[in-house]
Amino acid sequence: MEFIVSFLGIAVITAPAILLTSIALPSLFGIRLQEQSINRLTSSSVLIGFISAILMLIIMLATGSRNVPIDLGDWIVLPATELNESPFHFHLKVVFDRLSVPFVILTFLLCGTIGLFASKYLHREIGYLRFFVAFAIFNLGMIVASVSGTIEMLFFGWELVGLSSAILIAYFHERKSPVTSGFRVWCIYRFADAAFLIAAIAMHHMTGHGEFSALIGQGNWPEGVAQLSSWQAFWIGSLLLFAAAGKSALVPFCGWLPRAMEGPTPSSAIFYGALSVHLGAFLLLRVGPIIDCSLLLAISVILIGAVSAIYGTIVGRVQSDVKTALSFASLTQVGIIVAVIGFAGIAGGMGWSTLAIGLRYFALIHILGHAMLRTLQLLRAPTLLRDYHALDNALGAHIPNEDSRFKKLVGDRMYRFALERGYLDTVIDRWVVQPFVIVASTCNRLEQGWLNLLSGRRRDTQKPVIDSKRKDG
Amino acid sequence: MHELHLPWLELAIVTPLIGAVVTLFAQSIDSKRQHAIGFSVLTLLFSLGAWEDFRLLMTFEAHDRWDLITRLIGPNIIVIDEFSAPLIPLTALIFLLNFLSLPNTKAERMLFSNTMLLQFTTLALLACRNEYGLVVLASVQTIFPLIELIYRRRAIGPYVFHMGLFVLLMISGVYLVFRDGAAEHANSLGIWLLIVAVLIRNGCAPLHCWLADLFENASFGTSLTFTTPLTGAYLALRLLIPISPAWALQTVMFASLATAVYAAALALVQSCPRRFFSYILLSHMSLAFVGLEVDTVIGLTGALCVWFSVGISLTGFGLTLRAVEARVGYLSLRKFHGLYRHVPLLATFFMLTGLSSIGFPGTIGFVGMELVTEGVVDVYPLVGAFVVVAAALNGMAILFGYFRIFTGTEHPATANMVAKTNEKLAVWISTVLIIAGGIWPQPGVYSRFHAASHLLGGETAEVNVDGH
Repeated sequence: MEFIVSFLGIAVITAPAILLTSIALPSLFGIRLQEQSINRLTSSSVLIGFISAILMLIIMLATGSRNVPIDLGDWIVLPATELNESPFHFHLKVVFDRLSVPFVILTFLLCGTIGLFASKYLHREIGYLRFFVAFAIFNLGMIVASVSGTIEMLFFGWELVGLSSAILIAYFHERKSPVTSGFRVWCIYRFADAAFLIAAIAMHHMTGHGEFSALIGQGNWPEGVAQLSSWQAFWIGSLLLFAAAGKSALVPFCGWLPRAMEGPTPSSAIFYGALSVHLGAFLLLRVGPIIDCSLLLAISVILIGAVSAIYGTIVGRVQSDVKTALSFASLTQVGIIVAVIGFAGIAGGMGWSTLAIGLRYFALIHILGHAMLRTLQLLRAPTLLRDYHALDNALGAHIPNEDSRFKKLVGDRMYRFALERGYLDTVIDRWVVQPFVIVASTCNRLEQGWLNLLSGRRRDTQKPVIDSKRKDG
Repeated sequence: MHELHLPWLELAIVTPLIGAVVTLFAQSIDSKRQHAIGFSVLTLLFSLGAWEDFRLLMTFEAHDRWDLITRLIGPNIIVIDEFSAPLIPLTALIFLLNFLSLPNTKAERMLFSNTMLLQFTTLALLACRNEYGLVVLASVQTIFPLIELIYRRRAIGPYVFHMGLFVLLMISGVYLVFRDGAAEHANSLGIWLLIVAVLIRNGCAPLHCWLADLFENASFGTSLTFTTPLTGAYLALRLLIPISPAWALQTVMFASLATAVYAAALALVQSCPRRFFSYILLSHMSLAFVGLEVDTVIGLTGALCVWFSVGISLTGFGLTLRAVEARVGYLSLRKFHGLYRHVPLLATFFMLTGLSSIGFPGTIGFVGMELVTEGVVDVYPLVGAFVVVAAALNGMAILFGYFRIFTGTEHPATANMVAKTNEKLAVWISTVLIIAGGIWPQPGVYSRFHAASHLLGGETAEVNVDGH
């Protein structure tokens, strides 16, 4: 039985890895795959992964096992020496438990659906291969992040998801707008990832290795007790919350969410409606015991979740295109999920473990249900006008416009606030991007002046490349 | 000291020298290029031979059999050790990739003999252990870019000012520190002079301006081959670290960390792609330097890994930029160019090498960056965050460059711009190294760990090559 479980666990991870290798490597060596070959590779890889995950679930249910760790050995090991007192391990370990298995099954299910949808939707598109390479990177990243048994492996998957997001948002790269949106998302992801990396290294530093079992206790998910002091939990948890907020587009990083809709519909559906946007919530669920340790952290999680939910529901009501409206609807739900995780943290900290466990299951079920509903809605988005016409025909009149009712209800100022998406992009541009560009450009000009002085050239100062006032900057 | 089975080192060092002479007398550009590639392949093979022979000896250091340099100058001048063993083939590879991917439009202006002489001095420098030998070679090395600047009729002021200062300070520093033959009670003025010299060569702010100027005015190939072997870091390891007190290392580390963040930030506001590249390179050189100065085995191991990944990744990144520049001329990063459709392979390679340089998971740079951060966090927990910030800014800069050059519009070219066979070959070699080093890093990392342990004066535990 142990062999079968290991085999299935490895199949879950290797299926998307083989897909990526088989699609991406030939193109690097000048071999161009046909659409049909790409479709077959994608379908078979997703199917193998999906069946393996389902079989794993069946075995776990049949044997009553709630936690199946599969040790893949040390990827890197640096032994202890007289100068290096503690050995360095980069351990590869995957864990199948009540959190990872549903997430893996969800990932394969939705990736399979989107793969099939995209094969028709993007038929004969010039960037067909490019889309599926990014799709394969995303699929691998999601699976690695879901089943990771160590914080470093989770980071590995996390980064792959971030890269594929940026590439897919900029999919229609002959136009400026998708490209600048992709770059903006990438910038936010980089800072979120930086926070994640610092947290990972800090956790590695405190415990000597990055295994979740050592960080959040030996109990199976959703139980477990972290061996951290309140302040340690607060600092590490805050960094992880920052990372989760960046990835799940929570306030104050939600400005990128509508920009992400620049990508093709299949990628919008899978990333910002279904999977990627829930990865932050997944991270918070995984490190739940850390949130239990700090009341302040739990309150911060609730606040960020609640504010994001309220923001999402207000802003989403005035959006004029369906994909953006759906993205803000997603944000509302993700905000609620995050707030629930924060409440679970408070309950865990108070010692009400049954309530904490229940709330975590509730959050997980919410993620699964929401992801599937939103995927369906986003995939229907391109045919929305047709659906509306069908409804109009059925009603015999136009559907009443609810936007004006919202405007009357909240007043002009709030309406403007919602229309401008809470001015969040303006605030980031004015208080982060602009000062950065001004300082860097000034230093650049000073350097140029110094070089001109040394070389005896005329003064030739450069203008800054990134103009934060311009929309495409 | 152990002896290699053949004089691999001397062969690897002398081959480019012979190549420089032969190339000088070659008639056509094609023949010059073929000679340069041929001699560079030979150099790479000899240096790989030296590395493999040294590995089989299972010792920390060794010198050539029938060592001619020992007879002519003295013992232990040209030595291979665990630290330098992979750096010599890496440098040979950088020069080979430079010649291999040389576009036709650039070949006409290339000073082949000059570049091969630069290769000769760089390899000799990396194999040299004698402090006076290092000073001579590091000084001579600075002449070849200068020759090219003069040949191209460019302003030499910034380069001469910085490199002149570097040579002057290095000579004075080495004289003051090593004049009595022993460095145990080194003169603190001498140490300071050496620190500043090494910081200039490594491009530490505010003494870094020569780097951007060199990339802007000299050829891309020469600038790359002068900087990517990180000879400044090599000088620091040989001359500075063994004699420096803790405060000196600390100072250098903080200065390098500030430079890493500063250069990454400046890369984001550049309009000239060469300057853009120079700042990314500067940031990575500084990050490697941070690891060197952190004075822990993990940090030093990380620095040596970053050294290797910078050598491979940023050389590939720079050569891609050169290939693009050779096709469409000067590219301003102020606007979009949309070249992806015409050069998809180069675009992909640009992205791959860029991601590898920032330590993206699955590439050769990942482990190095992780270890450097771990090493810094180990000693200065809060300061470690700046390493991550520098990496984040570099990541932004890489995609900024990618989007500006390859996307955002449709480039209206009618000429065929696809990569040539020789360019593809260079791309494939780099790709294999980047991905293989990313997927299976243990042998490389363990070898760097072993070297780091010896450099810091310790012994490693009894483990086999796989680290188990």
